[in-house]
Amino acid sequence: MAEPTPDLTPEPLERLGRFGDFGGRFVPEALIPALEELDEARHKAMVDPEFLGELERLHRTYTGRPSIITEVPRFAEHAGGARVILKREDLNHTGSHKINNVLAQALLTKRMGKTRVIAETGAGQHGVATATAAALMGLECVVYMGKVDTERQALNVARMRMLGAEVVAVPTGSATLKDAINEALRDWVANVGHTHYILGTVTGPHPFPEMVRDFHRIIGVEARSQVLDLTGRLPDAVIACVGGGSNAMGIFHRFIDDPDVRLIGVEAGGEGIESGRHAARFASADPGVLHGTFSYLMQDDDGQTLETHSVSAGLDYPSVGPEHSHLRDTGRAEYRYATDDKAMEAFRLLCRTEGIIPALESSHALAGAIEVGRELGPDALLLVNLSGRGDKDMHTAAEWFGLIDGEAVPEGRAEEPRATGDGRTQL
Amino acid sequence: MTADVTTGPGVESVFARCREEGRAALVCYLPVGFPSVEGSVRAMVAMVEAGADIIEVGIPYTDPVMDGPTVAYAADQALKRGVHVRDVFTATQAVRDAGAPPLVMTYWNLVLRYGVPTFARDLKAAGGAGLITPDLIPDEAADWIGASDETGLDRVFLVAPSSTDQRLAAVTRQCRGFVYAVSHMGVTGARESLGDAAKVIVERTKAVTELPVCVGVGVSGGAQAAEIAAYADGVIVGSALVRCLTEATDEEAGLTALRSLVGELADGVRSGS
Ligand SMILES: Cc1ncc(COP(=O)(O)O)c(C=O)c1O
Repeated sequence: MAEPTPDLTPEPLERLGRFGDFGGRFVPEALIPALEELDEARHKAMVDPEFLGELERLHRTYTGRPSIITEVPRFAEHAGGARVILKREDLNHTGSHKINNVLAQALLTKRMGKTRVIAETGAGQHGVATATAAALMGLECVVYMGKVDTERQALNVARMRMLGAEVVAVPTGSATLKDAINEALRDWVANVGHTHYILGTVTGPHPFPEMVRDFHRIIGVEARSQVLDLTGRLPDAVIACVGGGSNAMGIFHRFIDDPDVRLIGVEAGGEGIESGRHAARFASADPGVLHGTFSYLMQDDDGQTLETHSVSAGLDYPSVGPEHSHLRDTGRAEYRYATDDKAMEAFRLLCRTEGIIPALESSHALAGAIEVGRELGPDALLLVNLSGRGDKDMHTAAEWFGLIDGEAVPEGRAEEPRATGDGRTQL
Repeated sequence: MTADVTTGPGVESVFARCREEGRAALVCYLPVGFPSVEGSVRAMVAMVEAGADIIEVGIPYTDPVMDGPTVAYAADQALKRGVHVRDVFTATQAVRDAGAPPLVMTYWNLVLRYGVPTFARDLKAAGGAGLITPDLIPDEAADWIGASDETGLDRVFLVAPSSTDQRLAAVTRQCRGFVYAVSHMGVTGARESLGDAAKVIVERTKAVTELPVCVGVGVSGGAQAAEIAAYADGVIVGSALVRCLTEATDEEAGLTALRSLVGELADGVRSGS
C-alpha cells in the first residue's frame, strides 16, 4: 500500500483547516495553543516510522485489521439485485470503526506527554473505544454523554465503566451528542495542560476534521483493494451513514480520485423532513458555526441550534463534518437520508437475510443501499460501510419490534421479509 | 478608521476617564432576556446607576461552551422564555441612554446568521459600543474586522493564560477598546480565589499592547475587584451578578441585591490602586 505522504507546507493563516469555505477554528483563544500543539504532533507522527509502525501493529494485533469484506447476496435481492459488498468495521475490536481514530489519537496523547483523555459519545461506541484505548495505554479517561443517550445506550455506559472510565451524564440542552461535546469542550479548556480531547468524528476545530479523516482513511484504502481483488473492478457507489461523518470520510477518501465511483452519504431522516424531527442537515439546513467549525447546521432564524432526532444516537447531531459540506457543494458526493422506519427495516433485513446484526447507524447506510440498488439495477456493484455492530442497539430494537418478553411480536414485523419480483421488499 | 474619542461609539472615553480618576473600570455582564427582556433591561440600567462603567450585554445561545452553570442556566431560561437576538438592541439602547457604553458579548453563529455587516450597522444604530466574541479568534474574523472598521465599533478579543507571546501580540493587534484577559483556564463562574494567573496574563498582555487590559472570569466580590484593580485597567464581573437575579425570590429583591453588589464592586475598583 504505497500511500502518498501528506503535504506539509504551511497553509496561509485564514485558510487554516478549510475545505472550500467550510471548516476553520471557531473556538475560545484558550484552546488555540492546544490545537497548534496537536497539529504539529500529528504532522510529525504521520511521517514518523515509529508512530506509523506502532499504529500498524495495534491495527493488526489489537483491532483485527484489515477488516474483511463480505458479499451479501440474500440481502442484495432486496436491493434491486445489485451486487452488495459490506466493509466489516463491525468486526473491529469494540464493535465499530471508531477504534481506528481512537488508537491513533491515544498514541498522539502519549507523544504529547499528556496523561488524561476526555471524549464525547452519542451511541457510546466512541466512548467505549476511548475507554478501551485508555485502559490499554494507562491513561485517565472521562467520557461525556448526553443523559438521553445514557438511557438508550445503557449497555455501553456499563462497558465504559467496566473499562475504568468515568462516564458523566450531561443533562443540559437536548441531553444528546451536541451537549456532550459542549461539556467536553468546557472540560478541555479547564484541563488542557494535561488533557487531550479525543474528538470522535470529523468535525470540530482544525486539525480534527482532517486528522480524524486521515486516521479512518485505512477503511477505504483496504476496501478499495479488497473489492478490486474480489470483483476485478471498482464499485459503482460507495455508501456510508453520516453522523459527524467519520466512517463516511474514512471509506470515501481513497475513492475521491476515482471519478466513476459515486460517493453516497446517508443521513438520519428521523420521522421525516416535514416533521422537523430528523438530523438530515443537507436536506434542510444552511451553513453556520457549531463546535468550532463552519459547516451545514440545523439552526433557527436566530442561529440557535435546533434539536435533532434520530432513532440512532450516533447520527443525532445538528452539524456535520466540514469536508462533507465541501464534497456536497462541489457535487463530488451526494447525500440522501433514511427515516427511522426505513433504517429499522434495513436493520431487520440484514439480520434475517445474512445473520449480521448491524448498528442502527449503519442500518441507515443499508437503507441507502436498498434504494440505490433499486435505482441502478442488477449490474451495479455497491460497497457499503458497515460501520458498527448492533449489540448496543438490542434494547431499542426489542422495543421497536416488540421483542420484549411476554409481549407479542406484532403482525407483519415477525415474518421473514421476502423479495418480490420487482425488487421491492415485502414485510 | 478609528472611532473619535468624544463622539465614537466605543469605550475608549471610559478608560480615559478612569485613568484621570486613577482607578480601574468596572465592566458588568448580564444576559438579555433573564428574567424577561424588560426585566434584564431594568437590571442593566440599575447596574449603570449603581456604578458600572461599561455593560456587557450577553445574547443567550443554545451552546455556550465558554460559560459555566450560572450563566448557562440564565441563558437557557431566557431562550425558553422566547428571547430573540434582536432583543439585544433594546438592551443596548437602554444602557446607552442610561449613560454607559454597551458591549455585546455573543457567540459567533448568532452574528453570522444575522449577517455580519447588518449586525454591525444595527448595533451601532442601537447605541452599541462593539462586540466581545468568546469563540471568534482574529484569524477567523476578517468579516467582523471589516464591519467594525466601517462602523467604528470596538472589537474585544480574548487572551488566556495558555496564549503564547506570539498569540498575545497577534490577538491584541486586532483588538479595539480593550483586551479581555481570561483570568484562568476554565469557564465563567464566580470563584473564591483567582491566584497569580490573572496577574501574570495581564502583565504579559501589557508587554505587547498599549490597549487597556481587563480581567474577567471568576470575579465575585469587592475585595477581589480591588485586588485586580491594582494591576489591571478593568474588572469584568458576570456570574456573581447573574446569581443575584437567579437566586432572588422576586424581581425587586433581585434588583436590590444587584445594586448592592455593583456598589461594592464599584468601591472595589476605586480602592485598588
Ligand atoms: C457504528 C457507528 N456508525 C456511525 C456513527 C456515526 O459517526 P460518524 O458519522 O462519525 O461515522 C457512529 C457514532 O456513534 C457509530 O457508533
